[in-house]
Amino acid sequence: MSELTPDLVRHLASLARIQVTDDEAERLAAQLAVIVDSVATVNKAVEGDVPATSHPIPMANVFREDIVEPSLTQEQALSGAADSDQGRFRVAAILDEE
Amino acid sequence: MAKAELMNYEQALEQFEVVIGLEVHVELNTKTKMFCGCRNDFGDEPNTNVCPICIGLPGSLPAVNRRAVESSIAIGLSLGCSIAPNGRFSRKNYFYPDLAKNFQTSQYDEPIAFEGTIDIEVPSGNVFTVAIERAHMEEDAGKLTHVGGNTGRIHGAEYSLVDYNRAGVPLVEIVTKPVLGAGAEAPELAAAYVRSIREIVKALGVSEARMERGNVRCDANVSLRRHGAEKLGTRTETKNVNSLRSIERAVRYEIQRQAHILAGGGSITQETRHWHEDRGITSSGRPKSDADDYRYFPEPDLVPVQPSHELIESIRATLPENPADRRKRLAGEWGFSELEFRDVVNSGLLDQIEETVAAGAKPQAARKWWTGEVARVANSEEKDVADLNVTPAQIAELASLVEAGKINDRIGREVLAAVLAGEGSPAEIVSAKGLEVVSDDGALLAAIDEALATQPDVIDAIREGRMQAAGAVIGAVMKAMKGQADAARVRELLIERANAQ
Repeated sequence: MSELTPDLVRHLASLARIQVTDDEAERLAAQLAVIVDSVATVNKAVEGDVPATSHPIPMANVFREDIVEPSLTQEQALSGAADSDQGRFRVAAILDEE
Repeated sequence: MAKAELMNYEQALEQFEVVIGLEVHVELNTKTKMFCGCRNDFGDEPNTNVCPICIGLPGSLPAVNRRAVESSIAIGLSLGCSIAPNGRFSRKNYFYPDLAKNFQTSQYDEPIAFEGTIDIEVPSGNVFTVAIERAHMEEDAGKLTHVGGNTGRIHGAEYSLVDYNRAGVPLVEIVTKPVLGAGAEAPELAAAYVRSIREIVKALGVSEARMERGNVRCDANVSLRRHGAEKLGTRTETKNVNSLRSIERAVRYEIQRQAHILAGGGSITQETRHWHEDRGITSSGRPKSDADDYRYFPEPDLVPVQPSHELIESIRATLPENPADRRKRLAGEWGFSELEFRDVVNSGLLDQIEETVAAGAKPQAARKWWTGEVARVANSEEKDVADLNVTPAQIAELASLVEAGKINDRIGREVLAAVLAGEGSPAEIVSAKGLEVVSDDGALLAAIDEALATQPDVIDAIREGRMQAAGAVIGAVMKAMKGQADAARVRELLIERANAQ
C-alpha cells in the first residue's frame, strides 16, 4: 500500500480547494489509509488476469441525434445559484488560471 | 510581470535545440452540445443555452452527440490517424467554476483517433512532418468574466461571473508528439501547423475555424536542450495563443526567454504561461498539474464509443480534397509564378482568393488585391486579414470595376478603405462618392490642352520619341481630374494630340 502521508492529504485538499489544518491532515491521513487499505482487499479476491472493467454491461454506441432541444431559461438556470449578476453565476474569484 | 531577459534569437539557436509540441482545440460546429441538446451558438444571452446536463445538476444523464463523433472521426482520418475501435470517455477532475460539474468529460487512455502524421510547409518552402499523437473528444468550458480588478484579468478580481453557454460545446483536442529539428523555423512551423489544422477542419466543414472567436485555440509547448543532449528539457505550455501571428511570436519569445535562463545556469519551471498580445511577452501562470492530479477515471454515465469499420470507411470516402492537394491544384489553375503562389499561401489567403475568383474575378486581380492593399491594411492595423470587414464578393466587385475601367487602381484603394469602414459595396461607394473615372474624352482633352499650354515643349518631345516627357502632362491632367481618370487613356489621347499637330 502506498504511504498516505499528511502531505498527500494537503495536496488532495488543495486540488479540491479545501483548507485543512495540520491536525486535520494528520487525522485524515490515518482515516483515509484505513479506507484505502480496505478497498485494496478487493485485489485479494481477484486472482490472475482479470482485466479492469469500467463498463460491466456490454453496451456501446448510445448516441443522441444532433437536434436542438429546449434549454432552461436564464431565470431557471440561475434559480439555484447562491448568487448571480447580469445573467451570470457569481462566484468567488479564484486565483488560478484565466 | 516585468519583461523577462531574453537571449538573442540566433545565439539561442546556436546553443540549444528547440523542441515544440502543440495542442490545438477545435470547437465543432454541431447544432447542439456534446452531451445535451442545448444550442451550440456563439454570442447568445448568457446562460440561455444551458440545461441540467451542462450545468451539472444532480440526476442528469448525458448522451453523446452522434454528429460530433462523426466529425471527430473525420478530423482523425484527415490527420492520417487510426480510429480506435473502442473508445471511452473519462472524467478529468478539477475544481474551477468554468465547469459546474467539477470535472470535464474528456477522453484519456482511449482517444478516438491516434498516431497520425501531417506534412507542414513553412514559408521558406521547407516541409516538416509533424507526428500526431492523438485527437480526442471533450467538452468546452464556460466563460468567466473577472470583475473588480482594474484590468479585467484575474489578478485583483473581487469576484467572477460565469456564463455556461459554452460549457459542453464539443471540442476535439489534437496533440502532436514532440517536434524536433525545425531549428530557427520552429515558430513558423508552429503557426503553419495551426494554419493547416484550421484549413483541414474548415475544408471538412466540421468547425467554423475562426480563431478570433476561439473556434481554434492553440497551447504551445516549448522546451530547449543542449545540442546532442538525449533528454528533453523542461517545457512550458503557453495557453490560448489566439492568432497565427501570436503563436509565432509566443514560441519565439519562449525560446529566447528559456535560453537566457538555461545559459545562466538556471532551470525552467514546468508551468503554464499566458501570452500577452499587447506587450509581446508571456507571464507565469500556474504550475502545470500532473495527469495524476486530475484523477481521471472512466465516465460511468456514458457507454463506450465503438465506430464500426463501415462507418469509418463511409466517412473516409466523403473526405474533401486534402488542403495540400488543393494547393497543388489551385497553383495549376491560377497560373501564378511559384513566388506569387507561395506568397499567397504564406499569407493564408488561399480561401479568400479562391472565393474571389469564384465570384468572377481574374486570379491575378484577386491575388493583387488580397496580398497587396488588403494585406497592407491588415498589417498596419495588426489584424488578421480574415478579421477585416471585407468579403471575397466585394473584392471581386472592386476588381471588376477596375477591369471595366470605371475606376483606376488608386481610386480602387480609396474604395476599399470605404468598404472596410463599412460604407457599403464597392459599386455603391463609387456611385455615392462620384468616384467614377472621367471617361469623357472631351473633358480629358480640355485638361490636356490646358496642361500643354504651360508646357509647350512636351509636344515636340513626344514627336521625337522622348516619351518620358509625357509624364509631366499626364500628372497635371490626373491632378486636374482629382485622380479620377484613367492614366493610360490620358496618355493615349496625349499621343494622338501630339501626332495630329
